[in-house]
Amino acid sequence: MEARIDLDSPPPPAAPARGRRRLGGLGGRRGGPDGTRRVGPGVALGLGMTTMYLSLIVLIPLAAVVWQSTEKGPAFFWQAVTTPESWAALKLTVVASLLVAVVNLVMGTLIAWVLVRDTFRGKALVDMLIDLPFALPTIVAGLVLLALYGPGSPLGVNLAYARSGVVVALLFVTLPFVVRTVQPVLLELDREMESAAASLGAGNATIFRRIVLPNLIPAMAAGTALAFARSISEFGATVLISGNIPFKTQVSAVSIFGQIESDNPIGAAAVSTVLLVIALVVLILLDVLQRWGARRA
Amino acid sequence: MPELSSAAPKVAASTVSKVALRSVALTYLFFLLVLPLLLICWRTFDHGLTPVWTALSSASALHAFKVTVIVAVLAVALNTVFGVGVAILLVRHDFPGKRVLNAFIDLPLAVSPVVVGLALVLVYGNTTALGGWFSDHGFPIIFSIPGMVLATVFVSLPLIVRAVAPVLAEVGVEQEQAAWTLGASPWAAFRRITLPAIRWALAYGMVLALARSLGEYGAVAVVSGRLVDQTQTLTLFVEERYQNFDQAAAYAASFALAFLAVVILLLIKFLRPKDSA
Repeated sequence: MEARIDLDSPPPPAAPARGRRRLGGLGGRRGGPDGTRRVGPGVALGLGMTTMYLSLIVLIPLAAVVWQSTEKGPAFFWQAVTTPESWAALKLTVVASLLVAVVNLVMGTLIAWVLVRDTFRGKALVDMLIDLPFALPTIVAGLVLLALYGPGSPLGVNLAYARSGVVVALLFVTLPFVVRTVQPVLLELDREMESAAASLGAGNATIFRRIVLPNLIPAMAAGTALAFARSISEFGATVLISGNIPFKTQVSAVSIFGQIESDNPIGAAAVSTVLLVIALVVLILLDVLQRWGARRA
Repeated sequence: MPELSSAAPKVAASTVSKVALRSVALTYLFFLLVLPLLLICWRTFDHGLTPVWTALSSASALHAFKVTVIVAVLAVALNTVFGVGVAILLVRHDFPGKRVLNAFIDLPLAVSPVVVGLALVLVYGNTTALGGWFSDHGFPIIFSIPGMVLATVFVSLPLIVRAVAPVLAEVGVEQEQAAWTLGASPWAAFRRITLPAIRWALAYGMVLALARSLGEYGAVAVVSGRLVDQTQTLTLFVEERYQNFDQAAAYAASFALAFLAVVILLLIKFLRPKDSA
């Protein structure tokens, strides 16, 4: 591999065309003919170290999970995934995440809209608060949501040890995704088309549906996919509020944790593999979406 | 709406819908974000300052704080070097397998923290070949600080790359090329031209990575073995105190972490506009 990189270095005219095609998602448009430069031994070294770092920390461990779960054959794997407890947890995880994704799609877009198009006092503060779930440790989020919506709730709402509690915890940690993907697109949107439509007599709803929405769809979809992926994998926020009741509130991440603690690495690895596959599918879909969005733009 | 409607009712209608949308958005945010944040403060200082101070200055809490800082600083340092390097590779260079690398960078964000923990235990656990070798040579990885650093590096891996790469692409290579033609070494060009250009984006990415590192719970819970006074971080301390019905300590530590989170939010707010300007 390194030899091939070295062979690439002398002819500069070949590189730019490839660079322009491949840079894609990283804003390579600006790179143009000089976006890439000669690929020398320094790059090979950097590439080697990157590969090693990524392999030692991410790829080999993840491969070990998949290997652990499948080494005794597919039947064994399937059996570990479909034990009644694991299967119930998986179903709850997927259904709750879908619900959370849909709520985020609607509320996230709405909040982004309000933050971009509306003006009111304290808007800057609200805008800053949106990132709070990213900054606040998930276990702290779980603890306060339990205090607010658990036994002894000051609001008189008790969602602890219930599926709705799990959904609330997931809504908290996924809040920023749709807002933060839709907001910049909305800011960039040329408002002249909207004025034109309004001057031609279109109502607000029509303008939103026919002009704004089509421009937002790629960002909305990307944000929703991210929120879904995060919900599937969330652990810290749900571990306290769910109460970890098998068949009722136990999500997959919590069930995996229990299986690790009770020294059942094969069962844990099997469910982990399923979560990994779901995450990979979502990532690939996201990539396809972004390409589609970039082509439309 | 009729085609020839005058401007006035339309403006009124749009004001009503604006206020309605605003109310829905703010109510949602109030119950999901603001109220929980206020509640931590209220629960923490319910009985005055003394119990908070006692809880936070206990030996266990101080040790947990120390472990948290060590792990977070090491993880952010490693990811800074990796993040800047990978961003430069992805933006400035072309090589076989680039799209694969680009995709792999984002992988950690989609992996459940618990799966991260399990994955590291399966490779570096003290009963495996690799982990056993390390622990036989007096350097155990799992149930020890190195494993916790690995877990934290894993979960915060993409943040710095993704903060730096777009700015690096935006800046372009003209100035760097000028430096090279003037005879600057690659390192000098990086230090004098590239680094100043990406410094705000880098700081932004580092703050994000720090937030993620300080707050990591699931992955660290698995690889640390949750040994009180040994491998317990602040987030693990919160959970352990809560399960042991020591609510005062759990809330005090939560407040400390939430306070750090708010400081980080302010930093993010301060850093974000600069990198796009």
